[in-house]
Amino acid sequence: MSKELIRLVDCCMAFDGEQVLDHINLYFNDSEFLTLLGPSGCGKTTTLRIIGGFITPTSGEVLFDGVRMNDIPPHLRQVNTVFQRYALFPHLNVFENVAFGLRIPKEAEVNGKKKKVKLPEREIRERVMEMLEVVSLKGFENRKVTELSGGQQQRVAIARALVNRPKVLLLDEPLGALDLRLRKDMQNELKRIQQQMGITFIYVTHDQEEALAMSDTIVVMDQGRIQQIGSPIDIYNEPKNAFVADFIGESNILDGIMHEDYVVEFFNRKFKCLDKGFAPMEPVDVVIRPEDIDIVAPEQGQLRGTVTSVTFKGVHYDTIVDFKGYKWLIQTTDFHGVGENIGIVLNPDDIHIMHKSEYSGMFGDYSSYSEEYDEMDDVTLLDEEDEEESHEE
Amino acid sequence: MRTKTSPLNRLFMALVFFFLYAPIFVLIVFSFNDSKSRTVWQGFTLDWYSELLQDSSIMSALSTTLLVSLLATLIATVAGLFAAIGFYNMKRRLRAPLMTVNNIPMTNADIVTGVSLCLLFVAFFGLWGSVAEWFNGVQSVITLPENLHMGFGTLLIAHITFDIPYVILSIMPKLRQMDRNLVDAAQDLGCTWMQAFWKVVLPEIKPGIVSGMLIAFTMSVDDFVISYFTAGSATSTLAMVVYGMTKRRISPKINAVSTLLFVTVLLLLIIVNVREARQEKAIKKTAEVRR
Repeated sequence: MSKELIRLVDCCMAFDGEQVLDHINLYFNDSEFLTLLGPSGCGKTTTLRIIGGFITPTSGEVLFDGVRMNDIPPHLRQVNTVFQRYALFPHLNVFENVAFGLRIPKEAEVNGKKKKVKLPEREIRERVMEMLEVVSLKGFENRKVTELSGGQQQRVAIARALVNRPKVLLLDEPLGALDLRLRKDMQNELKRIQQQMGITFIYVTHDQEEALAMSDTIVVMDQGRIQQIGSPIDIYNEPKNAFVADFIGESNILDGIMHEDYVVEFFNRKFKCLDKGFAPMEPVDVVIRPEDIDIVAPEQGQLRGTVTSVTFKGVHYDTIVDFKGYKWLIQTTDFHGVGENIGIVLNPDDIHIMHKSEYSGMFGDYSSYSEEYDEMDDVTLLDEEDEEESHEE
Repeated sequence: MRTKTSPLNRLFMALVFFFLYAPIFVLIVFSFNDSKSRTVWQGFTLDWYSELLQDSSIMSALSTTLLVSLLATLIATVAGLFAAIGFYNMKRRLRAPLMTVNNIPMTNADIVTGVSLCLLFVAFFGLWGSVAEWFNGVQSVITLPENLHMGFGTLLIAHITFDIPYVILSIMPKLRQMDRNLVDAAQDLGCTWMQAFWKVVLPEIKPGIVSGMLIAFTMSVDDFVISYFTAGSATSTLAMVVYGMTKRRISPKINAVSTLLFVTVLLLLIIVNVREARQEKAIKKTAEVRR
């Protein structure tokens, strides 16, 4: 297993008495791409700022290589940050922005004495040019940063942080201000840079697609608490509670009762599933992903329902189906018109069982489903559409 | 929407400008008049300006004015800069009322500021006198002066006092325009707070500091009322000398001094305005490129 670099122990944070982080325990390994994912206000940026040293947790410990770092200011930490709106220095050109960190004299031991040492100009030049090449900005060194496009500014910000050779790079929603196409390109670019440099990236985002595509590990947060930690596949296939199931992708979430291992009851019918270890007759949340549901002829189905709305989404149709007053979202490549009677078949591995949580009953019901609802619900989608509009202008 | 301007509107406009600028124009023209008359033009001369240079009271007042203005500007800029940074880091609930307190002296009548400063100095000197007397009585190593008078020192303090709000007011917007993350970014890259301030904050707000200095200097050169109440009897600024000259026989030298004052202040104001216009243009340009 790879080496542990940073550990947060029981970190709490309160601003003006308002609890923002609630007993966060988390560790970060060497060379991993870890994403803190959650809706705005979930505490992910606060967590990042604690690691960066911009704020001190109200209680708990921040450990770097086992050493307590709580009161060490940012300039003495071996981490660097890429800020949300880049925070480039407008009065400096691209080269000087990237060279900024290298030009600060660093304390080092020379012949047993502590001295402030400046890097030689030649080394600075070499390292900056090398970094500009990594972020594909060669030839831009004399440009003003205010004359660059958003994507280019982003690259300068990344180069400026990486040139200091940090052990850990912190990224605070770095792609939030870019349009959709550029964001996809930069996702690949970031992943490539992370692998090329072989360092740890701690990435903050509210965009679940971005998190799934880039991360080795995802930490899902809400209301200042960690909801689940796992690989993208684990998080998607085995969400721990209704919040995670709803936030990562689309989910139908139903009330069920676990009769015994591998048998769950919902809609007054028993289904086979792959989950075990629940108490007998324990009430549970049942998650069924919209893309896992097979539509068949009504007479062949385990459940029968009526289509109430269909939306074309390109690759598939978002089909809302009414089962005895309960509405499900089904994503299917076959078209079924409104009013059509259909049956569905659920295989054991389509059904995922979760313990009841405080989020039970809050998510996963598509009764009030409409396009507007979807947009309001999903911040990411809203952003994308906003940017597409401004792109067209 | 464009509407046609009626001739009456134009006339009104012309009258406004006439009353505003005609006196200044006449003043400037007659500073070059080759006669003591203030009504009849008798040819061009620079005599009044050369007489000005030979008038010792005017020249010493000029040096006092320049010295007090420069010193007051420098001190007020440093003090105002720190105050502005303090305001910037405050919570809004605290900042808003303090900014109002900062703005009041600018709208306050000069005479009120002048009289209150004068009373403050007199009260302080009274207190100082009795303390110094007691101090000199109980020991004889150090002798403190017992009688203080208003003079250059009080004049300087007064000027610093009324300059500070202008400096704060011109630095604050620059601080607010600055991306809050810039300081974090600099610290993240290895700067201490002080290094971040010198390397990042100062270059960012420099335009605000320079215009604050220019405005403060203009205000100081221009001030009469507050100086009159706080300079004491031995010290005079240019504005005070001009006022004194009008009480005696009115000489065209006044025209010459006033012209010089007017031109100086005008130049400074033009510099301030051109700078501001240029900055706005630059900001607009940046915004366009970012799009």
